[in-house]
Amino acid sequence: MVAACTPKTHEPLFQETLKSAGLNKYLFEMTNIRNHNSWVHKNNPDIATEKAKDLVRMAVAKAGLAQPLKEEKIQVNASVMVVGGGLAGLTAARSLASQGYETHIIEKKDTLGGEALKLWKTAQGEDVQQHLSTLIKEIYASDKIVVHTNTTLEGVDGFVGNFISKLNTNGKTTELEHGIAVLATGAKALETTEYGLGKDERIISTLDLDKMFMENDARLDAVQSAVFIQCVGSREPERPYCSRVCCTHSVENAVALKEKNPDMDVFILYRDIRTYGERELLYKKAREKGVIFIRYDVTEKPKVKVEKDHVAVTITDHVLNQPVTIQADLVTLATALVPRKDERLANFFKVPLNDEGFFVEKHAKLGPAEFSTDGVFVAGSGHYPKPVNEAITQGRAAASRALTLLAKKDSLFTSGTIASVDVEKCSACGVCVSICPYNAPAFMTEGRFEGKADVNPVLCKGCGLCVASCRSGAIHLRGFDTNQIFSQIFALGETA
Amino acid sequence: MLTLSEVQNITGEKGNFQVEILKKPRYVREDRCIACGACTEKCPGKFDDGYNADLKTRTAIYVEYPQAVPLKYAINPAACLKLTKDKCGTCQEVCPADAIDYTMTEETVTIDAGSIILAPGFKPFDPSRFDNYQYAKFANVVTSMEFERMLSATGPTMGHVTTFPKVPANPKKKKDKLLAEKRKDPKKIAWFQCVGSRDVNKCDNAYCSSVCCMYAVKEAIIAKEHAGSDLDCAIFFMDMRTPGKEFEKYYQDAKTRHGINFIRSRVHSVVEDPETGDLHLQYADEMGQIVRDTYDMIVLSVGLEISKETRAFAEKFNIDLTESGFAKTGSFEPVTTSRDGIYVSGVFNNPKDIPESVLDASAAASAAGDALAEARNTLTKEIPAVPETNVIGDRPSIGVFICDCGSNIAGVVDCPDVTEYAATLPYVTVAEETTYACSQDAQDKMVEIIKGKRTQPHCGGGLHPEDP
Repeated sequence: MVAACTPKTHEPLFQETLKSAGLNKYLFEMTNIRNHNSWVHKNNPDIATEKAKDLVRMAVAKAGLAQPLKEEKIQVNASVMVVGGGLAGLTAARSLASQGYETHIIEKKDTLGGEALKLWKTAQGEDVQQHLSTLIKEIYASDKIVVHTNTTLEGVDGFVGNFISKLNTNGKTTELEHGIAVLATGAKALETTEYGLGKDERIISTLDLDKMFMENDARLDAVQSAVFIQCVGSREPERPYCSRVCCTHSVENAVALKEKNPDMDVFILYRDIRTYGERELLYKKAREKGVIFIRYDVTEKPKVKVEKDHVAVTITDHVLNQPVTIQADLVTLATALVPRKDERLANFFKVPLNDEGFFVEKHAKLGPAEFSTDGVFVAGSGHYPKPVNEAITQGRAAASRALTLLAKKDSLFTSGTIASVDVEKCSACGVCVSICPYNAPAFMTEGRFEGKADVNPVLCKGCGLCVASCRSGAIHLRGFDTNQIFSQIFALGETA
Repeated sequence: MLTLSEVQNITGEKGNFQVEILKKPRYVREDRCIACGACTEKCPGKFDDGYNADLKTRTAIYVEYPQAVPLKYAINPAACLKLTKDKCGTCQEVCPADAIDYTMTEETVTIDAGSIILAPGFKPFDPSRFDNYQYAKFANVVTSMEFERMLSATGPTMGHVTTFPKVPANPKKKKDKLLAEKRKDPKKIAWFQCVGSRDVNKCDNAYCSSVCCMYAVKEAIIAKEHAGSDLDCAIFFMDMRTPGKEFEKYYQDAKTRHGINFIRSRVHSVVEDPETGDLHLQYADEMGQIVRDTYDMIVLSVGLEISKETRAFAEKFNIDLTESGFAKTGSFEPVTTSRDGIYVSGVFNNPKDIPESVLDASAAASAAGDALAEARNTLTKEIPAVPETNVIGDRPSIGVFICDCGSNIAGVVDCPDVTEYAATLPYVTVAEETTYACSQDAQDKMVEIIKGKRTQPHCGGGLHPEDP
């Protein structure tokens, strides 16, 4: 028993010391006579000494009841299921396969590529289709990757290292065993009728314009005046987030129109131009080429009216402070990116969605490619809208995080301090099953104790919720058992 | 982990690089230092505390910041009296772990590496050269990094924002004393965005630094939380760029819930009131009207920049850079540099915030790992396991170690008394006081004691542990 500082930082160190002395590490006990005592009772040294004695007495009482605990080996199935065959998913799969792990890509459509199939160029001017087709060829050429197209996920059982997923391929159901899952389900452009989208062939979305560029559409040759309207469906009460990619995308296409025909009048109607990082250079280039940027306020949106030979776009110019009307041949709407909001999928893996339907990662800053559910990772626009390079970065990041589990597959152990059920006392009430945030307790489905609770040691985090809530006193938290806690309480009542 | 180290040379190629590294002396032995801090208490050498944006000084023997990794002290040889003038030597005298070594010298180490990841980071833009904001001259024009440290509970003012932050807390010079008397809690603070970013007029940084809008909003919210509702915060901006996850809501909250003013304008210049230190500014509002206003403090939201050293490094080792000085990468291999086998993450790979830097780091690890997949586990060593003794059924035998933590505990608690008391408790067979229980010496001793006790014959099993 060490009476010192905080076990948060130092318990593992002392546990290692016990191990190297040939003792089970759970025979270690620690009490904090610094943070909880000398630091806070600086002005009362006498009382602090008495309190230190109390803390030591309590810890010694508990140490006397310590038992060696066992850590169970976790079996990890070293294969991965990637849900979503877009850029992020494909990138994750390629990385995992190149490191030697069998990877299954589940894609509901009949082709790989996802939304990237609709993109013309990246912010840096690279041809998306050329790179995407190379990537897809690599995926099909890999002997480690199995592609399941026309396939949906119907259910998931199990936990980290041991998932069993039900796949439905064209109505045929199969089971896939895998140890890891990567959710890369992406986002898609908002379907809207705002500003008359879909009512006139001159009012189109950003992706429509990309398509026209890719197909060298002759209609573009006739355009003399083009207008882009930003934030269509983004940064509004219904969708209070910024779709991140649209400013750069419109600026890039505006430059392309100017390059195609320098005499064309090109206007971008925006709220804030968000060409972050070196994308700003593209914004600068657009202004140099004569693209006119007009800012509008969300309370005073542009008005679009279809006329016979043009589309009239009216906006209050922020410099003139006067309404101006642009006679446009082409109006491109930067529609919001919306997530698939797949609640069923989120439920399968017990992962959360935010209000807008994007996946919520484990930690906004420190765990941006993983979920709180062990063994499940996230990549691509299903997490938040992102351009090509960022989707690929997150795809690689998810693969990298998954590898930290796969690479340790022979040395993964459960914690020793987990809950266990005394089946003799269990009344099968189900409170533990419903209260556990990690889904660790479940009713046994077979054997002598069928119907009684059992705690899965792999899923249990040792939080003690089930122990405290069990009305039969049937659940014990190893290392923090009832007799150990009571011994401390009784020791507190004694005096030095 | 090699700290205080610089790469001198990279030879070889993907899968087989040799990297020559210059390891500068720490003058503190990492294997011995227990980071107790006793050495700093009487250290007479002082130098600017870079972690606190130079708003205060630190001792010549220091740790970069409380969570530094590795948590080991180091001596700045330029500030140390022993190393510069061969006087002092106090830290060596007081160090309980005998970790101070003034004789350490530079050494060169060469390591073999299959892949290399560059993560040299950025430096905040230095606004001293902007004559219109007079950062170098006006006491109440500060950078966002300085303000960030002022807001921090671990910063030089422990979170309390005052004017004249660059004047020492206990001024000695007459001039500083006069300024310190004028010190007050600011009632009006302005942030100027895009200082050293999106600017090819006063500097060459055409790019957007990506993080400044969000940090300015954050600083304004926290400043208001600290100071209460009578603090007036205004952010002068060109475009508000909050395109990250949950960022837009944060920005809208700043406006509606926290009452931060957002003013779309680039302020031309600042004039200081020579008496009070207050700052008068003049700007054109969105309607083109000239507005004059006075603020107690101005925070310059400085951008991120790639240092000259990093640019020189890149040039020396054939890493292509963009015109702004960032590593050139393609959208389809976003963490791969122009040189095969060398990867990049963080701001050197374009300006970015924490979540994106973390993603970049994981992605770079994956790219570096993909390249070396075949070699995985070819150089690993296993730690030999010590066989575990079966103690089930044994009478408990408890060793109690009371840690002094230098003066951290022993300065308040009577540790010998507690140790003596511990020896009287049931099943306690050893009770010892140790200066630092976490030091290697103390750990070794614990192992020795445990092993010694295990070899002693059992002293009878009459008592059951549950019945003390």
